[in-house]
Amino acid sequence: MEAATVTRRRGGGRGRARLVPLLFLAPALIFLVVWVIYPTIWTIGRSFFDRDGGTFVWFDNYQEIFTTDTLLTAIRNNVIWVAVVPALVTAIGLIFAVLTERVRWSTAFKTAVFMPMAISLFAAGVIWRIMDEKDPAQGTVNAVIKVFDDAFGGGGAVTAAQSSTPQLTGSISSGFVLRTPLRAGDTAVLGLTAIPPDEIPRDAPDAQQPSAEAGAITGTVWRDFKPGGGRPGVVEPGEQGIGGATLELRDNGGGVVATTSSEPDGSFAFDDVGSGQFRVAIASSTFTTPFEGVSWLGEKLITPAVMIAYIWVWAGFAMVIIAAGLSAISREVLEAARTDGATEWQVFRRVTVPMLAPVLSVVFITMIINVLKVFDIILSVAPQSSQDDANVIALAMWRTSFGGVNDFGLGSAIAVFLFLLVIPVLALNIRRFKREEG
Amino acid sequence: MLALGVVAAGCGDDDGGGTTTAGGGAAQTQATDVRGSVSVIGIWTGDEQRSFQAVIDAFNERYPDVTVRYTSAGDNLPTVVGTAVQGGNPPDIATIAQPGLIREFQRQGALRPIDYARDTIEQNYAPDFVELGTIDGSLYSFVYKGANKSTVWYNVEAFRNAGVDDPDDWAEFLRNARTLGASGVPAYSIAGADGWTLTDLFENIYLRQAGPDKYDQLSEHRIPWTDPSVREALRTMSEVLSDRANIVGGTQGALQTEFPASVEAVFQNPARGAQVIEGDFVPGVVAESTRLEPETGFNVYSFPEIGDSEDYVVGGGDSIATFRDTPAVRAFVEFLASTEGATAWAERGGFSSPNRTVSEDVYPDEITASVATAIAEARTFRFDMSDLAPAAFGGTPGQGEWKILQDFLANPSDINGTAEALEASAARAYR
Repeated sequence: MEAATVTRRRGGGRGRARLVPLLFLAPALIFLVVWVIYPTIWTIGRSFFDRDGGTFVWFDNYQEIFTTDTLLTAIRNNVIWVAVVPALVTAIGLIFAVLTERVRWSTAFKTAVFMPMAISLFAAGVIWRIMDEKDPAQGTVNAVIKVFDDAFGGGGAVTAAQSSTPQLTGSISSGFVLRTPLRAGDTAVLGLTAIPPDEIPRDAPDAQQPSAEAGAITGTVWRDFKPGGGRPGVVEPGEQGIGGATLELRDNGGGVVATTSSEPDGSFAFDDVGSGQFRVAIASSTFTTPFEGVSWLGEKLITPAVMIAYIWVWAGFAMVIIAAGLSAISREVLEAARTDGATEWQVFRRVTVPMLAPVLSVVFITMIINVLKVFDIILSVAPQSSQDDANVIALAMWRTSFGGVNDFGLGSAIAVFLFLLVIPVLALNIRRFKREEG
Repeated sequence: MLALGVVAAGCGDDDGGGTTTAGGGAAQTQATDVRGSVSVIGIWTGDEQRSFQAVIDAFNERYPDVTVRYTSAGDNLPTVVGTAVQGGNPPDIATIAQPGLIREFQRQGALRPIDYARDTIEQNYAPDFVELGTIDGSLYSFVYKGANKSTVWYNVEAFRNAGVDDPDDWAEFLRNARTLGASGVPAYSIAGADGWTLTDLFENIYLRQAGPDKYDQLSEHRIPWTDPSVREALRTMSEVLSDRANIVGGTQGALQTEFPASVEAVFQNPARGAQVIEGDFVPGVVAESTRLEPETGFNVYSFPEIGDSEDYVVGGGDSIATFRDTPAVRAFVEFLASTEGATAWAERGGFSSPNRTVSEDVYPDEITASVATAIAEARTFRFDMSDLAPAAFGGTPGQGEWKILQDFLANPSDINGTAEALEASAARAYR
């Protein structure tokens, strides 16, 4: 830039005077030509050829951008990114900047918020990838949710079970109900399978076929499985009882009439049930439904998950720039507003923000450019199975050219398309710079 | 065994022509005439890289004047080599896992034929392998390091608790799965986050159910993916995938499970799953993450038969392809195709050689030996179909077959939709 101005000023017409600045310019020019201009032109040219580079295909590659599902997803995601992230980053940066001005340990706070900027986006992505794991034993985010879930959950020792016969219906979250109504003197066999082996004590006694008792409903709840499978619905030697299960006796309307708990061998009895028909159920409190974890990296939540990681990184940048702008605002104006009776909110809304507008727009536009070319963090956060759903233009370009497809024609076309998208924003930025200089 | 190697290499010599090939070992004195350097780009890193270095050392004992420089590109190999070829500066030799990529390079005219080693390879390898490396009548590559993908690895204790044994056929396999599920340990651990584990499962079923001829036709996209045989195979596959309660973590959990985690789930204590349907690279992960011993802790059986499909193997492997033809390159290629060249790695473990002349005894343990000989002796060997396909269809994370089968895992009842999506994606990629 400076060199250019020099040329203009001295550009009188004498040959030598022209040569000298050119000499100074040469190193920069060579770099520019070799690493920017030549590749740009070559990419534009390449985008009109097919994948092998042998056939001129006109605009076929560009047409493909708008007819391929995954590329359309990429464009849609990029629109979402541009609509959401720059605004959020700027807003969060502004809030942090304004708030930290008032706290005593603001430097420590600012350092902490700014810290993520010190690591590469890729590494930040890897961190969030691990934190977002679905399994609460691995992912920090789900582990935190699990702590709250456990505080309100609780229940029995068995975490998984299915009924062994169609006679028993239900699931561990609703409990299991025996289909056939029972009367006094009847027996109930409640077989469960698919219970993790270590959740039944190894020395638990074998279950026994229940024997009928006058006036009572008796039964057995047991693990209807032995090595090899066994016969479903039949109490066999070697099949263990489930102790401590909660059994419910329900009337015809479904209301609970009585509850009892099973013995270690799985046997239970409801005495003196009187007349009428009843249903026997294993209460859901016998089971614990473990918190399976929120699927952050699944196809539905992947884009928000990546955005959170991205905002985590860039909020610090926004905060520091805005804080610098904030410190440059003259205190007198703020004081004057307060003296005139403005509330803190009004001061913020009507004075601080308008005076910060130039800084805010710098942050906002920088973020738009950054977001348009967002790439590495998506590659590192999104697992393969959801990369299609998290796709953006820059990632699509890389995946098409280098990620195994090796279609440099289509890849170049995507690159050119991305370039065209960035140009208006760049132009806006350059115009702003010029205005500031002028 | 050494003698065999000498004979084999000697044969190559006859055809190779001139002193330049100087067959591996037939004439020690001649061999030393070969000078020069060979650059190799491969996918092998870590342990595998050290093992390949041992192979290079064995080669150098024979050819002290040839310098072999090995560079690892890891999984980025297609990108690295592809860019090098585009830039006009390819390596001398690349080890490539995708025959599709080899075909692509051949079509671009970047590869050099290795017909000078044809006799050695025809003698040491089954015809299916020679066929695999042949393009337009010339031999361009051969599989150096094989992978047997028709294996199912299981937790011995989980099988004992459930009282089940190695299944003989598909029906018994499904019966076992029900019993395993009832015992409280989900039968299947599926690495759904890695699309290739799903394509491997599909290919094993397809080869057994539709037969090798259909398999070849589908590999080359001469029949569409909407063919009834494909739907049939998808239906069989859905017998596994739709058994949601029997999959570790359920469908959603499986979709986010990557390959190493799927193996750990089966072999950790207590086991979260009973078996993992994957290739012979499973023991590597088991050794890394658990202390289970082969046979007492973990074991393997061949992918169950469907119909009359005994000794069918779907496999993969890293092939040797050359971009230059120099005496040094010829010597190294001949060596790798020889018994000695394969044995040098086989005895170090983590290696299955499709080379029939490698003795079973050189493998470090019985499981490795049985898995490796299954490849070399297979009645029918077919290369992993997704690796044969254009990378856009069969080899790219989050796209093509990988992605569509992941969607199928999420929704295993949609057989027609899956077949149509596969065909649409294949039609685009095979253009």
